[in-house]
Amino acid sequence: MIKAILIFNNHGKPRLIRFYQYFAEDMQQQIIRETFHLVSKRDDNVCNFLEGGSLIGGSDYKLIYRHYATLYFVFCVDSSESELGILDLIQLICFVFGQVFVETLDKCFENVCELDLIFHMDKVHYILQEVVMGGMVLETNMNEIVAQVELQNRMEKSEGGLSGAPARAVSAVKNMNLPEIPRNINIGDINIKVPSLSPF
Amino acid sequence: MALKIVKGSIDRMFDKNLQDLVRGIRNHKEDEAKYISTCIDEIKQELKQDNIAVKANAVCKLTYLQMLGYDVSWAAFNIVEVMSSSKFTYKRIGYLAASQCFHEGTDVIMLTTNQIRKDLSSPNQYDTGVALTGLSCFVTPDLARDLANDIMTLMSHTKPYIRKKAVLIMYKVFLKYPESLRPAFPRLKEKLEDPDPGVQSAAVNVICELARRNPKNYLSLAPLFFKLMTSSTNNWVLIKIIKLFGALTPLEPRLGKKLIEPLTNLIHSTSAMSLLYECVNTVIAVLISLSSGMPNHSASIQLCVQKLRILIEDSDQNLKYLGLLAMSKILKTHPKSVQSHKDLILQCLDDKDESIRLRALDLLYGMVSKKNLMEIVKKLMLHVDKAEGTTYRDELLTKIIDICSQSNYQYITNFEWYISILVELTRLEGTRHGHLIASQMLDVAIRVKAIRGFAVAQMATLLDNAHLLTGNTQRNGICEVLYAAAWICGEFSEYSMQTLEAMLRPKVATLPGHIQAVYVQNAAKLFATVLQKHEGETDSQAAQETSQLLIDRLPLFVQSANLEVQERASCILQLVKYIQKLQQKNVEVAEEVTALFAGELNPVAPKAQKKVPIPEGLDLDAWINEPPSESESEDEKPKVVFAKEEPKHYRSRHTEVDEKELARRREVRKQEQANNPFYIKASPSSQKVYDAPGVEHIPVVQIDLSVPLKVPVLFNCDLYLWLEEERQQKEKAERKKKEKKKKREKRGKGRKADSGPESEEDIRPAHQVDIVTEEMPENALPSDDDDKDPNDPHKALDIDLDKLLADSEKLPVRTHRPEVLKSPAEDRDSKSVPQETKKKRGRGGKEKKEGKEGERKRSKEEKKKKKKHKEVEEELLESQPEEAVQSEETKEAAAPPTSTSAEASDLDFWLSSAPVPPAAAQEVTAPSSAAAVDTSSAAAPESEPDEPKDTEPEDTKSSKHKKKKQKKEKEEKEKKKKKRHHHHHHHGDAGGEDSVQNGTVEEEEPLPVMYIYSLLAENSYIKMVYDIQGNHQDESKVVVSVIFENKSDSFLKSMEFNVLDSLNSKLQRPEGAGPHDSLTVPFQLPPGVSNEARFVFSVQSIVMPQKLKGTLTFIVKSDESSTHEKLDFKLHFTCTSYLITTPCYSDAYAKLLESGDLKGSSLRLEGISMPFHHLLARICFHHHFSVVERIDSCASMYSRSIQGHHVCLLVKTSVFIESKWEESSLLGNVLDEIKQTFSKC
Repeated sequence: MIKAILIFNNHGKPRLIRFYQYFAEDMQQQIIRETFHLVSKRDDNVCNFLEGGSLIGGSDYKLIYRHYATLYFVFCVDSSESELGILDLIQLICFVFGQVFVETLDKCFENVCELDLIFHMDKVHYILQEVVMGGMVLETNMNEIVAQVELQNRMEKSEGGLSGAPARAVSAVKNMNLPEIPRNINIGDINIKVPSLSPF
Repeated sequence: MALKIVKGSIDRMFDKNLQDLVRGIRNHKEDEAKYISTCIDEIKQELKQDNIAVKANAVCKLTYLQMLGYDVSWAAFNIVEVMSSSKFTYKRIGYLAASQCFHEGTDVIMLTTNQIRKDLSSPNQYDTGVALTGLSCFVTPDLARDLANDIMTLMSHTKPYIRKKAVLIMYKVFLKYPESLRPAFPRLKEKLEDPDPGVQSAAVNVICELARRNPKNYLSLAPLFFKLMTSSTNNWVLIKIIKLFGALTPLEPRLGKKLIEPLTNLIHSTSAMSLLYECVNTVIAVLISLSSGMPNHSASIQLCVQKLRILIEDSDQNLKYLGLLAMSKILKTHPKSVQSHKDLILQCLDDKDESIRLRALDLLYGMVSKKNLMEIVKKLMLHVDKAEGTTYRDELLTKIIDICSQSNYQYITNFEWYISILVELTRLEGTRHGHLIASQMLDVAIRVKAIRGFAVAQMATLLDNAHLLTGNTQRNGICEVLYAAAWICGEFSEYSMQTLEAMLRPKVATLPGHIQAVYVQNAAKLFATVLQKHEGETDSQAAQETSQLLIDRLPLFVQSANLEVQERASCILQLVKYIQKLQQKNVEVAEEVTALFAGELNPVAPKAQKKVPIPEGLDLDAWINEPPSESESEDEKPKVVFAKEEPKHYRSRHTEVDEKELARRREVRKQEQANNPFYIKASPSSQKVYDAPGVEHIPVVQIDLSVPLKVPVLFNCDLYLWLEEERQQKEKAERKKKEKKKKREKRGKGRKADSGPESEEDIRPAHQVDIVTEEMPENALPSDDDDKDPNDPHKALDIDLDKLLADSEKLPVRTHRPEVLKSPAEDRDSKSVPQETKKKRGRGGKEKKEGKEGERKRSKEEKKKKKKHKEVEEELLESQPEEAVQSEETKEAAAPPTSTSAEASDLDFWLSSAPVPPAAAQEVTAPSSAAAVDTSSAAAPESEPDEPKDTEPEDTKSSKHKKKKQKKEKEEKEKKKKKRHHHHHHHGDAGGEDSVQNGTVEEEEPLPVMYIYSLLAENSYIKMVYDIQGNHQDESKVVVSVIFENKSDSFLKSMEFNVLDSLNSKLQRPEGAGPHDSLTVPFQLPPGVSNEARFVFSVQSIVMPQKLKGTLTFIVKSDESSTHEKLDFKLHFTCTSYLITTPCYSDAYAKLLESGDLKGSSLRLEGISMPFHHLLARICFHHHFSVVERIDSCASMYSRSIQGHHVCLLVKTSVFIESKWEESSLLGNVLDEIKQTFSKC
């Protein structure tokens, strides 16, 4: 069983978290911090297995991770999973990301930068859901995974997607109690439509 | 214009989607929290909208915020709203949010049941898929129960996409709702052969996960998995299956034999490292399960070790790590094959990767022998010096101690060396393990008598140099060692008396309180020894000087803030003052003073305290005095009379000091050290110069041996290494003469050599070491195994899957809001399930049935309730899935008993088709095939003779287990044999038998098999046997277990059990039933099958035996006809059935007899020719007594009735029974019954 999947960057900022066992939010953050602490101090040329996460798991659990450019992919698994298998799985997930986000056929994740993950956290989750479900590996055939993800995305597009929302939202605004709104508006937000993809 | 801006920003506000939120957060790095809180306010506004699109957008953003650690549970209801949207886009968002933040405590989950059901049956496969994915993350027991049937239907969906998800989620459902496992299992099994590889892999996944926790229930699937293994090409599936086999082989060695060949082939052929590794792992598991030393398997071991060596030598650190990991598994059973790769493993100790070093350390543990221990430890000590990180160094330290102390210091030949190693370890900076070192020192000094002199000398050195250990504040952990040192010096003060001065130095007062206390106490011990030594001398100068020393120094401790120290010090001070007075009068006091500390302290086994039995009648939870009222207890908080003592502060204060303070202290310390003549500075040549600021980098003090300081030299372990070699060489030379003789002996010892290199036995310890064994309390209870975690959800899944599916076990089918209100009785029932499963492990067969029984009853009750609420249309809906289930049932029921046994024998056949191994192997398989039969017999509903059979192997098993654990105690035990009290811990029917076996020692001949069930009634269709047992909890209830056995060729159904109540005894019927209604037996009997039902009777008076008339009615259904049949019976409630086996200890027993409340009576049995212990066993077994004490051929026995009457029995020389009993009319009856029992045989 996989107990948790964590993706965070070189600074420990979470980019995706997926726990298959309930932890309260603050505990989740603690686990992320601890895991980051454990993983980040390791050289790149040491082995990818780690024991000793005290917050998550226990003696039966292992952390298996891969480090790509700016991101760490960490799986917390128990002894029923094959260590090398999980490493392959991480790679597979990255390939799928590559295909879905950049649509490159060279199947290399390195081309997908952290930003794709940051701004499309929901999409990343949907992809992950096609690979791992409830802590168990669901599908390992990459073509099948990509196909299913694409089909679902197409379906979303046919429904107009979430982007169809604003138009309807505006009409909703008209029915709103106007005096209340301006207080909540942060004018500073208006001009930040320009993507500023700076600091790493 | 202004209006335009406002309007535009309003649009924007709702335009803000996830991307905008993320961007916003990134632009507000400085005030992120503030920005997010305004965003949350916005989201709250959005959630108030009616527009589902706006809501979905808001929920999507919440999911992101949840990742950042914000609690979004307040929006749970909105999430449910979004989940129930008809659009896939929104639904997906809703389910994602739910899967991220819902859990069992989320109350809105209750609202989702119908929505999820709707989505599951949606025509759109992605709606279903999304619902399944979401559900897999937040399924609760209620959801699992309500939706199990829907999900089961989905397992046969046309789309493989849905099928695989449905299959996978079943595992989660099983976990939450274990009752669903049996009905769903056949279909799950089917999916193993699904045409779609994804579905197949999901099914393998689920079954592997299930089997990992309860492997024995899945043994029958082995042939199927074997087929999959040889046919599948999917590495994922292969890995899972191979891992599963690894879990199954320990249960069935024959399976292992069959596996070895295909696995070896895979090892040779595969290119996937992951697969190769798992194959090697499973081969190792197989080899472990087979007995070692079989010639044809040494090749497999070689292959494994060889492959692992390749892995370890690989440049890929991952492979290296895994190779070491697998190596450590081989190590346990085949240490020799690993030991040959010692060089490689030692090399890994130098690896830069800490994980790998740790793994290599694990391996070292098993590779030491008497020969190489010193060498390996020396190497580790070098690593200790080199290691930078404290964690790794601490790990090393614990490993060194582990390695040395393993299996009772088996590998240590020279304890002087070990003590020096421990002393050397105290030099470690900032270790957390001072306590560990201290306990090792104490342990060795106490248990190895020969070493005490040396240990005391070393400890005295330590005490003398205590300032080295306590010199800086960071070394707090290590000063624990002084605790041990002081104690050893005091306790074994006859070896050296020099330390008294060192123990009373003013600096001692800076140590932690508990250590000071030990100092003071042991100073007193030393003082006593000094006095005794000087007693005889004419010149009492020395003794008086010592007294004066104590009188001078102790006042310092009397002022201590620590209460313990203060108390001891002032006591001892007064004592010494008094002694001094006597001394001045030339009175001889030494003997009296030493008497204060007389007696030797022996080591106590770690679990001894736990095993002290609680004396009969002692209730530890009861109040001794009247419980104080609330307000009082608050007042009684310990008032601090003197200075406040809080050891916790001690530590935290040190950790809290800030950087500056540390720097300042370092400076001061340096000054101090410079002025301190005792402080030895590191010589720059030998020591690296550290300039890092951290305190961790303070150089370890190296003691320069060449400096002829007064400071006694701390021993160097190298010296011992050299000495040891010399000694061994000398011995070798001596031994060469005797070699021939030795050889013969060695052959006799044979197997022992397994634990290490053969020559190991040749190494004799340097000095005669007698390791004192640990003491256990007199009548310690036999070891109870360390129970597994009682909360483990997988326990509930320990369900026999080969058994027939009962009618009542079907999954609940949809109803309108099913009744979840449980009656209290039901509640209790459900609570008792885990207990029952626990018992299952312990006693096999019978309890298993009871567990089932409970389940069945419960689901039946549930069903009844539901029926009331069912509506017509519901019934229509229901009929369809029910049919599906039933068809499966009938499939299996078609050949009821044979199908299960056939399965088992299939397995047997499949397994036995493996090449028949040589004779040695046959021995191994014999017990295992017995085990296989066992599982099959457990699978088929049990027949009555299984019962005692089942308990017998259990007994031998437990006694074996005990033997192992108590091996060392055995000698002691035998000495005490005669005195030893028998003790009892089991209740229930097997208890009696068991206790006798505990008490009677091995030599006596085995007990005959005894049947506890007696015949109730029998005709050509059915046979009933029964047993009556009292209930501990309820003094007016007894449980009658009746086993019904179908003797005919037809199906027996609708059995009804009725008894004519008497005034005294009544059958307990469900509420609402009349006093003459009969009870339905909750099962049907296929031909040749037997099953057990339990009936509760309430009784009032237990003094007289009773007979109750009853009838069993049932329908016999054969192919052509069905007839109504009836069978009358008489239930015989004997007086002994009201007795409960209760353990009693001899002292409590004696008190009971003395109390005089009991009346006595006796009985003479004529013509009994069975051995005495058989007689006792019979009384125990049939009459629920337990043996209190047995001396030769005289035994006292005890039992208690359900209403609390004591019954005491004295059995003498097999013919005379004298008994005492509170209630004289009962007494006669019980004696009569005993007489009857023996007249029968």
